[in-house]
Amino acid sequence: MQTKTILAAALMSSTAVTPVVAQERTQVNFWHAMGGQLGEITDGFAEEFNARQDACQINSIYKGNYTETMTQAIAAFRAGEQPHIVQVFEVGTATMMAAEDNGAVYPVHQLMEDAGVAFDESDYLPAVISYYTDTDGNLLSLPFNSSTPVMWYNATAFEEAGVEVPTTWDEVVEAARALKANGVEAPFGFGWQSWTQIETFSAWHDLPLGTEENGFAGLEAEFTFNNDAVETHIARIAEMGEEGLFSYGGRRGDSRSMFVNGDTAMWINSSAYYGGFASDIEDFEFGQAMLPLDTDLAEEPQNSIIGGATLWVLQGHESPEYTCTAEFFSFLSEPEQQAMWHQETGYVPITTAAYELSQEQGFYEEAPGTDTAIKQLSLNEPTPNSKGLRFGNFVQIRDIINEELEAVWSGDKSAEEALDAAVERGNDLLRRFEASNS
Amino acid sequence: MKRVVFRSRWLPYALLAPQIAVTLIFFFWPALRAIESSFFIEDAFGFAREFVAFENYARLFADAGYLKSFRTTLIFGVGVTALAMSIALALAVAANRVLQATTLYRTLIIWPYAVAPALAGVIWFFLMNPSLGIVAYWLDLLGYDWNHYQNGDQALLMVIVAAAWKQISYNFLFFLAGLQSIPKSMMEAAAIDRAGPWRRFWTITFPLLSPTTFFLLVINFVYAFFETFALIHATTSGGPSDSTSILVFRVYQTGFVGQDYGSSAAQSVILMALVIGLTVIQFRYVERRVNY
Repeated sequence: MQTKTILAAALMSSTAVTPVVAQERTQVNFWHAMGGQLGEITDGFAEEFNARQDACQINSIYKGNYTETMTQAIAAFRAGEQPHIVQVFEVGTATMMAAEDNGAVYPVHQLMEDAGVAFDESDYLPAVISYYTDTDGNLLSLPFNSSTPVMWYNATAFEEAGVEVPTTWDEVVEAARALKANGVEAPFGFGWQSWTQIETFSAWHDLPLGTEENGFAGLEAEFTFNNDAVETHIARIAEMGEEGLFSYGGRRGDSRSMFVNGDTAMWINSSAYYGGFASDIEDFEFGQAMLPLDTDLAEEPQNSIIGGATLWVLQGHESPEYTCTAEFFSFLSEPEQQAMWHQETGYVPITTAAYELSQEQGFYEEAPGTDTAIKQLSLNEPTPNSKGLRFGNFVQIRDIINEELEAVWSGDKSAEEALDAAVERGNDLLRRFEASNS
Repeated sequence: MKRVVFRSRWLPYALLAPQIAVTLIFFFWPALRAIESSFFIEDAFGFAREFVAFENYARLFADAGYLKSFRTTLIFGVGVTALAMSIALALAVAANRVLQATTLYRTLIIWPYAVAPALAGVIWFFLMNPSLGIVAYWLDLLGYDWNHYQNGDQALLMVIVAAAWKQISYNFLFFLAGLQSIPKSMMEAAAIDRAGPWRRFWTITFPLLSPTTFFLLVINFVYAFFETFALIHATTSGGPSDSTSILVFRVYQTGFVGQDYGSSAAQSVILMALVIGLTVIQFRYVERRVNY
């Protein structure tokens, strides 16, 4: 009796991923890195797609964070067990592109064409897809969750201190002083520092991060972000730290709690924090504003760059499975799915139609400021400095940038020393990537 | 001593075979592969590899960050071992004297050992979190500014405490067993000779505990060098700057995050050599100094 129950349980759990009833369906494995609420919505997309038709079965599987998902997919590829679809974050793009040259990746534009699924690149927002196209403008991977840094602010704290939400960096410093005087412990903060304070800062002011069009034009690229503009910016934040206006709260989104509990009133990080903030923040009103501008560097902001992840298709499977993949991609790009995803999470919609649908539904009137990200992204036609970046080994390089900036925040290094060191160490890794991929 | 003689020639080999197979497949084979990979540069997907001889090693020793990692690992290892062993010894001596509810005390002290390293890290991480943690809040009341996100020394201290906390239980068990095997009569004789508790501890208990202490020393170093990976990964990820980036964490970071398999393999080989060296030194030393 007991053995039977155990056997049954084991059978059930082993078939949970691939239900027996769906055996005749074409199976497509989709590995993603979306945990928590995001994971539920992602799995929901697969379920809904499966329910709509009976030819294809998308198996949506959570594989851990971005790094873990990518590493596992690569390991699986080496073992010949790769999934059809894998979600890879934006800094992994160069690695995936190099794999595409070797035939490991099935480019999305090619996939759609081969499967005969209608696909028009002009439906997609240029600032979103320009990050993921090849030099001929062909889309290589399907943008899924894209966000961009915005400035989150504590509207209640601003009102109490009697200051306006800043639009320039000079105003940020002044506002921080006023907030501090009014009892806000560390008025200014940010997360994902390389992305928000170096990569996006450069794009926003139309400055290059490196040569070869930020790496888009070739593997020989070298970093140049140790320029005066970025150096002045980093030095400014360090000074704010000395004055008690800024307190470093850790890598990634670790400083989120400082914003949520009111210690920080201006926080630069991804627009995708919207969903979480809406449910977690009760004590004060929050809003999002466009990133501040350094008026010494530019008259007008250029456009911000995206972060987040895209869906890559890996080679090595049967053609019907790719047809299913193409249909699933087409389903994901539909305005209904995109608008829902955008409104629930704060990620930007990837198509113009989804943006328009959200407008029609009155989402931006209901939740003012939620269109900040998309406005920032579509301010101007992206230039070679602002369409994104494509540097090899960039996951490790971001860690180097983290390390060097942390040395600035703790006062061990000056902005100049740290940025010079980051560029030098970064270039070293770029050369290594060039050597292993040429 | 009784000698066991096998009548059949192949039987002893057959009995040993499974263990030898496990060792060969899971220890020797990966180790050899690591040595091999350390001489190549390879792309992430494994399409091409290029033989570069000792370049991976040369790069490592030219990298100031890697050299600093040795220092960090040493501080971490010594810190964890010293802290975990001294506290465990103090607790064991105290628990050895407790007359009532001994099982309860012992169970409570052994408890943390059942906690997974990553969880232990996360617990301390929450306690110490500058904006949420209760300990950070108390420190703030005392006028001490705690922020392990910014201050590397504080971060290192935090991971040392967390790693040691978890190891105390294990050390405690062995020390307590060691203490209980010391004959009562020796202590009584010393007491009659008017040796105070302090003197009795240092002249009788501590020397008689030396085999246990030595064993724990080796175990604790190995623990600090290798098994603390999950703890570091779950709390500081090696930061801030690279102040808590111990060698084993770097192997992971380079290999699994950076997909630089050549350099990661070279680091593993260096680490392997280091541990072999350390163990040899420790066992040579022990033969002379420890009273069994």
